[in-house]
Amino acid sequence: MTGTLGESAVASSDGAPGAMGAAADAAPAADAASTAMSIVIVGHVDHGKSTVIGRLLADTNSLPDGKLQQVKDLCVRTSKPFEYAFLLDALKDEQAQGITIDSARVFFKSALRHYIIIDAPGHIEFLKNMITGAARAEAALLVIDAQEGVRENSRRHGYMLSMLGIDQVAVLVNKMDLMGYNEERFREIRDEYTAFLQGLGVEPAAFVPVSGVEGENIATPGALMPWYDGPTVLQVLDGFGEVHADLELPFRMPVQDVYKFTRFGDSRRIVAGTVAAGSIAVGDEVVFYPSGKKSEVASIETFPPLPEGSAVPAVRPTDAIGFTLKEQLYVNRGQLACRAGQPSPRVATRLRASVFWLAREAMTKDKEYLLRVGTLRVPVWLEEITRVIDASTLAAIPDADRIGRHDVAECVLRCERPVAFDIDAELTETSRFVLIDDYEISGGGIVQDTLIDDQAWVRDTVLLRNVKWERGSISMEERSRKYGQKPALVLFTGSADSRKKDLAKALERELFSQGRSTYYLGIGSVVYGIDADLKQRAPDSLHQNREEHLRRFAETAHLFLDSGLILVASAIDIGESDLALLEAVLDGAEIVVVGVGDKDATRGFAHLHVPEIADTSDTDVHVMRACALLEQRGVLPKG
Amino acid sequence: MSGAAAVPGGVMEREPLPAHLKKLENTSVHIMREAYANFSNLCMLWSIGKDSTVLLWLARKAFFGHVPFPLVHIDTAYKIPEMIEYRDRFTREWGLLMVYGQNRQALDAKQTYPDGAIDRIACCKSLKTQALKHTLDGSWPRYRFNHELDRYEVDANKEPYNGVIVGARSDEEGSRSKERYFSARDRGSNWDIAEQPPEFWSYYKTDFAPGTHVRVHPLLDWTELNIWEYIKYESIPTVPLYYDRGDGTRFRSLGCEPCTTPIESPARTVDDIIEELRSGRLKNVAERSGRAQDKDDGGGLETLRRDGYM
Repeated sequence: MTGTLGESAVASSDGAPGAMGAAADAAPAADAASTAMSIVIVGHVDHGKSTVIGRLLADTNSLPDGKLQQVKDLCVRTSKPFEYAFLLDALKDEQAQGITIDSARVFFKSALRHYIIIDAPGHIEFLKNMITGAARAEAALLVIDAQEGVRENSRRHGYMLSMLGIDQVAVLVNKMDLMGYNEERFREIRDEYTAFLQGLGVEPAAFVPVSGVEGENIATPGALMPWYDGPTVLQVLDGFGEVHADLELPFRMPVQDVYKFTRFGDSRRIVAGTVAAGSIAVGDEVVFYPSGKKSEVASIETFPPLPEGSAVPAVRPTDAIGFTLKEQLYVNRGQLACRAGQPSPRVATRLRASVFWLAREAMTKDKEYLLRVGTLRVPVWLEEITRVIDASTLAAIPDADRIGRHDVAECVLRCERPVAFDIDAELTETSRFVLIDDYEISGGGIVQDTLIDDQAWVRDTVLLRNVKWERGSISMEERSRKYGQKPALVLFTGSADSRKKDLAKALERELFSQGRSTYYLGIGSVVYGIDADLKQRAPDSLHQNREEHLRRFAETAHLFLDSGLILVASAIDIGESDLALLEAVLDGAEIVVVGVGDKDATRGFAHLHVPEIADTSDTDVHVMRACALLEQRGVLPKG
Repeated sequence: MSGAAAVPGGVMEREPLPAHLKKLENTSVHIMREAYANFSNLCMLWSIGKDSTVLLWLARKAFFGHVPFPLVHIDTAYKIPEMIEYRDRFTREWGLLMVYGQNRQALDAKQTYPDGAIDRIACCKSLKTQALKHTLDGSWPRYRFNHELDRYEVDANKEPYNGVIVGARSDEEGSRSKERYFSARDRGSNWDIAEQPPEFWSYYKTDFAPGTHVRVHPLLDWTELNIWEYIKYESIPTVPLYYDRGDGTRFRSLGCEPCTTPIESPARTVDDIIEELRSGRLKNVAERSGRAQDKDDGGGLETLRRDGYM
């Protein structure tokens, strides 16, 4: 099939030459021939979407040669009255079921431009197909049957359009012929549906009374509704604007990957992703969230490479780009690249969100789901349901403890670890997420706000520290090369009377004699200096200040690690939540935990376990095991 | 950009892409990067035709001159010889990880349409669909190009590919208009059209139960015209078979020699083809009209596609 958008083609299995037909106009301008505006047509089942499309195709001469006659002839042969909807069916292969099950695409053109009409299924069973179709559109036509009036899916589809972020919507009140072209009926439906859309914050571009069957107000103004002096459907379509990205928004790019392909002697390390908002250029400072690490953009990479000295085209939203950094930061997929000096994104573990649910099995509080926001994937739980709304009525479902299929809800989600995103009111593009249940995209949502959690303060401190950190002139890679090691915290933990300190010091000695740069720090040693104020407040016990004590220890460790050293430390009874705090402060750095003594105390998070034996003759063995572990984790070079 | 000096492809002075092609390119690159990030054993089908060659070019764009996964070609042994020459030339020039598969049993037993043993559809199923299925799942030998020895040899890697990037376009025929960018096939390679996953906001289904494999369609939104426009702007090398070389005919779609016929067309250059497509001169000629198996399948290709034909 020819299938150029410049012609009236329908993605059809028809295979007959007729299906490729086109209006025999002169060749249109290059861009017009290839670009088209995508419009989705939605609404309740049987409200006449296919008829409206059939009419649009027929009345704009967009049908393949002879198709109209062919379908009319078929109707005569099968003794069926001709319907414009058959045209669409004839161009698709869904006649068997009589209902649209998936969004199919139809091409047509007006005098102004070319269109791709996405015919979305109206049947509730196929809501996810409707969403898939609608999500690809720049504008929407929502069809309401004048006789039946506003029905569940009229509302549900309206709701979904607003959730998906399709702002350009026109409402067609169809089948006006069945209501004697009665103005009163049109007004009733218009007023009812306008009120509904207002509740969603959607302002429709127009309400058009139409008759798909008679062609009234579809492509040409009708004579049968003299009381209506608004635009036809075609005029409404031509009046829609192309969606242009706002270039003034802050830069956002979810990192898709960091590429380091070494074939052909390529030494570039390229941060790749698709720009969600804003722009970036060589020399800009880029900050990665949630860590807050920053560096300067050294180059914007392209393929094929541009000639030396020629300017890289300006980066625009939706561009799939790649850039290199001046400093080799630890960046990976899932982080959000932003620009320094622009509004920063939110970082949180708890968020308030609007969610729509598509899966058969309801979303419940006792189950772990997967949240995908940007390129990040993180386990998530439904912590609280504020309210569940039946999207077909907008009525709240009382005392709902689950979000059922096709429901919409306001709720609180709790993520396993901090996530970077924006909130809807600030930057919609990066506030959108999906929820995965059992491998399937089961719901979608928009973050409305962030909520506080236990480690929010520590995290905020670290974020600010990273953003404000003034780096010296020596990069981490240079230090690593010089010292022949990667920085790491090797933490020996166990009960108070375990021999963790002896083992830690023995490791320090071994590393030192191997020529490594290392330092031993007992957590108790920071108490009298760095923690002096804490000690003064609670002379007998640091327990009530444990978190702050640990945070300060971790900040101290961060300095050692940032200077490229292997810090060997010992601490009493470090637990999983303590480790989470250390990880938050030392974000991304290598932490190796050696459990000494009681195996159960560190089960699940210690990388190595050393039994508690009074005899110290086996110390060397355990030190060697620790060294092997450090080699294995890339802290020490192999061999 | 000194770090990239040796990447094959050369420096290129070029006009910026028109907005509509840039948009298509962006989406395709994004999809390809998503595929690469999510599938441990990814490959891309390269039929040597214009669509999958654009796909290959987009992969080099996405990965800055590299193609970090194997390209798989199903060699029916009846392909037009120039296609194979072209394949091996660019395998060498671009340093591609090239793999081909073949239904050796059927060829050895002469169980093919050109041998007169079976009809066209059965032949397609055997030499293409079966060969593809067994090449992808690793149960038949894969022949991989060894760049040092400059020849193909049996590939030691027999791991099934769990992600397959394919150059299908939704405007090609009906069944393809309902495809998703990421489309799951179960163990039996079955495709459930009505129960497809939702795709919105650039989120695609990239989580899969073990045993399923996924077809990735970065070119879904492209039309035949877009393909040629892109080939022009990016100066992508294509097989000469697409152009009239003096006899007033050219191939519009490439397949096996016995079942593919050229169309009447005087188009000698990419510009001529673009002009031909825009003018509507080909409006009554289906893109795959030169492919005899489509007609034998009653049009639509749906029987072949359900079965795993691409």
